[in-house]
Order: sequence, then structure tokens, then C-alpha cells
Amino acid sequence: MTAGAGTLHPRLQEIAEDFGAVPDKERLQLLLEFSDELPPLPARYAEHQDLLEQVPECQSPLFLAVEVDGDGTVHLFFDAPREAPTTRGFAGILYAGLDGLGAEEVLNTPAEFSSQFGLQDLVSPLRLRGMAAMLARIKRHVREQRA
Amino acid sequence: MTVALPYDSAPKFQDYARPEMLVTTEWLAEHLEDPGLVVAESDEDVLLYETGHIPGAVKLDWHTELNDPVTRDYVDGAGFARLMSEKGITRDATLVLYGDRNNWWAAYALWVCALFGHPDLRLLDGGRTKWIAEGRPLDTGAPQRPRADYPVIERDDTRFRAFREQVLAHLGQPLIDVRSPGEYTGELLHMPDYPQEGALRGGHIPGAKSVPWSRAAADDATFRTRNELAAIYQAEAGLRPDDDVVVYCRIGERSSHTWFVLHHLLGYPRVRNYDGSWTEWGNSVRAPIRRGENP
Repeated sequence: MTAGAGTLHPRLQEIAEDFGAVPDKERLQLLLEFSDELPPLPARYAEHQDLLEQVPECQSPLFLAVEVDGDGTVHLFFDAPREAPTTRGFAGILYAGLDGLGAEEVLNTPAEFSSQFGLQDLVSPLRLRGMAAMLARIKRHVREQRA
Repeated sequence: MTVALPYDSAPKFQDYARPEMLVTTEWLAEHLEDPGLVVAESDEDVLLYETGHIPGAVKLDWHTELNDPVTRDYVDGAGFARLMSEKGITRDATLVLYGDRNNWWAAYALWVCALFGHPDLRLLDGGRTKWIAEGRPLDTGAPQRPRADYPVIERDDTRFRAFREQVLAHLGQPLIDVRSPGEYTGELLHMPDYPQEGALRGGHIPGAKSVPWSRAAADDATFRTRNELAAIYQAEAGLRPDDDVVVYCRIGERSSHTWFVLHHLLGYPRVRNYDGSWTEWGNSVRAPIRRGENP
């Protein structure tokens, strides 16, 4: 199933709907759950941090790596400290929403997707732009590796 | 009516101009259960409180709670009274603030509370970092405080706050720019790692001395001793004891920390925080700007 350009993939859409369904306070709690559920780096990255790319648009340190399989499946890897739960939470949303999708599906994710989680009034706009920057970098990696 | 809490008699604090403005982690641990005490956490990361906070501490969020949601300003008297009442903070409460990153945002929250003249404000020396480093307890539960009846007190913007026009009139008198060296010289239009919160022009207000705010903090996030602070702000930056000082940064948060240091720890009688800071000055038509390393 492929989402058309400009619409969220159903997996990301479902996450956005979960966020939309709860009141403000619980929305932050939900973001915290995504932060907690972000998987640790596999050894090949944990032992080679230099293979990760930093996303300087995030207010707290965030590093990521992207792999595209021969069949076009995208795998995402993130590293962010526990003391930066908001940034980790954004990475967690991207992981839960995009990891394992096809390259086209990842590339079709709209750049302004971060406005779909109802977090604008809870999190500063600057931080939300950090999430958009993560997506932009993920897409760039996907394009480069597919080429 | 609650009884005022005793001051922390820690020897390090006694050298500061207002020792009563700080408490140690030991003092806080000992008084945590005292009626009349409210602890509030204010962080840069809006989710950090939820991951675990000092038991009983309420959360005070600068972005969603201390700012007016529409106008670039802080909440007004009625808004502040509503906020404090909801948090269960009475006007006679001893309010101890703490937070992440050397108390950066906690100092900002304290400064906003000072605009409303909350009588007993204190900062936890070392903040969240030191409390956790010492292995002290954290709690993830939401504190249940009864709603308070905080009176409507109008904000006093004359004592601790400076506006653009006042800064223009202040030119030639002491100014401290607390941003990073790259922002001061004009090389960077934003804080390192905070790319989009920028200004159209780079540089600093003419005459401002550069003293990055975090120099006032030691490695364990506590404030440096009075002698160390005097060496930085007096010997190095050349402030004289009776100077009228204006401090600024990008939106006024980092400079709240320096405001606290200059006014409460070093005892400067008149220190105002220009919260418009560089995001106003650097976007302001015809505002004088200097670039480079010299004031």
C-alpha cells in the first residue's frame, strides 16, 4: 500500500490520530512513550558513532543513520540522550512511523508532517522544526542510496 | 497562613549579596515535606519533568505558561494569579525553582516571578543536574496540591525589565551580552545548534561586553563562588559596584541567569533584563549594531 505524495503513510497517520485523540497533557505523555520506545543502536553503530550523522537543527544532540535494502526497504537508526526526551520522542515517532517502509513511501512523507501531531502549542516551534529536519535528512539519505 | 521557611546557612552562600536566594540540595531534601514550601521545575526540554522530578515538585513551563499566547509578552497579573492558583502556590509560599542546563530556564522562571514580586523566591544551587548526580529521589507522579487563591498582582516592568527604547537611552552605560562568542561578533545569527531562531542582522549592541552566561556556573551546575564571579564580572568585564546594568541574550532567558548573578549574588542594585534581546534588536530598523570582538 503506497500513500500518495502529500498525505501521511497510514502508519504515520495512525500515530497522528492517536495524538489527536487525547487531551494536551496526555499528548506529552504519549510523546514520552515514543521516547522510551526508541530502540538502542545496534552494535555496528553503537561502536562506530562516526557512521551516524548529526542533525544540528535539533536543540539537543541527535544522530541518525539510514539504510536502504536491495529491495528498497528503509531502516532507520537514531541516537539521542535520555536527558533529551522531546528530541528522542520525535525520533521515536519517525521510527515507529517510517522504519521498514519502502523508499517511495518514505520520500512521499510531506515535509510539513510535524504539524499533524497537535504538539504546536505544547512544544516550541523551534523543536518541531528539528523533527522536520530529521525527516529532510532521512529523505536525502534514501535518495542518495537509491541512486 | 504558613510559617516562613528558614534560610539555608550553607557557608558558600554567606559570601553572596543575598544568601537567602539560594538553597542547597541538602537543605531541600531536609525541607521537602515542610508546609509552605513549593518546588517548581522549569526546563529547556518540555518532557524532562515527566521523566522524573523532585518528589512533589510542580512543573512550570516557560513556553506554554509564562508567555502570553498571542502578544510577545509575559502573562499579565490575572494570568499569573490563575497560573499560580492552579499550581497550588500561595503568595506566602517559599517557591524554590530548579531546572536542567545550569538552571538556565529556572532562572528565567524566577525572573518572571520576580516581575510579579513573589516575596520568597529561591533557586536550587546546582539544579536538576546536582540533585540527580547525588542520587536523590525522583518521582514521576503528578503532585496533588490543593488549588490556591493567588491574588492578582500587576506585573512591575520597571525594576528588573528593560525595553528597546530604554536600552537605546542606556547606550554608553554598562551592558552585558551573555550570548556565545560567535553570536556576539556577528558571525552567527543564532545560537549554536538553534539555527532558526535568528535575526536579520548579526553583532551586538554598541558598548556591550561579552560574558557568556554559563561562565557563572561551575562544572557541577552550581554557581561559582562570589570571588570567582567578581573576577569575571568586575576584574574582567570591568563592572563597578554601583553600575546600572542591562543584560541581554536572544530572547531574555540566558540573560535571566546573568541577571540573577549580578543582582542577587553580586549585589548590583540596578540590573535589568532586556528580554526583547537580539531577536528584537537584530531585526529592528536603524538599531545601532557593532560587529566583531570589540564592544
